[in-house]
Amino acid sequence: MTPVERPLSPHLQIYKWQLTSVLSITHRVTGLALSFGTVFLVWFLAAAAWSDGAFALAQGFWSSWLGEICLLGWSVSLFYHLLNGIRHLAWDIGLGFELKTVYRTGWAVVIGSLLLTLAAWIVGLHLRGQL
Amino acid sequence: MSAINVHHWRNQRISAVVLIPLALWFVISMFVHLGDSRAQIAAWLSRPVEGLLMAALVLCVLYHMVLGVRVVIEDYVADDGRRARTITAVTVAGFALAIVALAALAAIGFGG
Repeated sequence: MTPVERPLSPHLQIYKWQLTSVLSITHRVTGLALSFGTVFLVWFLAAAAWSDGAFALAQGFWSSWLGEICLLGWSVSLFYHLLNGIRHLAWDIGLGFELKTVYRTGWAVVIGSLLLTLAAWIVGLHLRGQL
Repeated sequence: MSAINVHHWRNQRISAVVLIPLALWFVISMFVHLGDSRAQIAAWLSRPVEGLLMAALVLCVLYHMVLGVRVVIEDYVADDGRRARTITAVTVAGFALAIVALAALAAIGFGG
């Protein structure tokens, strides 16, 4: 007997990019980035407990260009994951499932996280006397 | 969907809700203590409320992290053995980070 010609499910790349799926994958990516950041938070706490030398080493990392890029990535990730997490919690209690609402809250999360990141860096650089 | 998955799903949401105020406290604290010396950080975290808030933040984040990364691994690691080993490694890393963070906070709190 010849095998039945079953339709194959389309591969992921065939789908058109949509805000909903992009935001969903971004939630995961930012979650993974924040997991990585947590390791650095624990390093910071351990360094503060350990010695002046260990603390200076951690501080040296934050003020390096690599450290600043990481801080920028973690701040945008934190604001995004926080806002989109609230969006997910609303869905969990059955709110905001209208397609129009899904898109509206989606864009609100994108714009909100970018504005919060911008505000945080303006305040941060100002407090450090660089702005 | 077994009982343990439902349990994980619910706890992922509970830790998320707890993390909303803790994350806001953390962001504001980072501004307040920007550029602090080691002595200033130690003085801040040896205050009981602040030390406990930091401990709560780290523990909630690590718990939320282990549950979240687990779901990602379950979705993308196809091989049964590798999937189980990766989840175990992430869980062990979560416990190890929690122990280091709590030991550090205890040392700061009691060490002066």
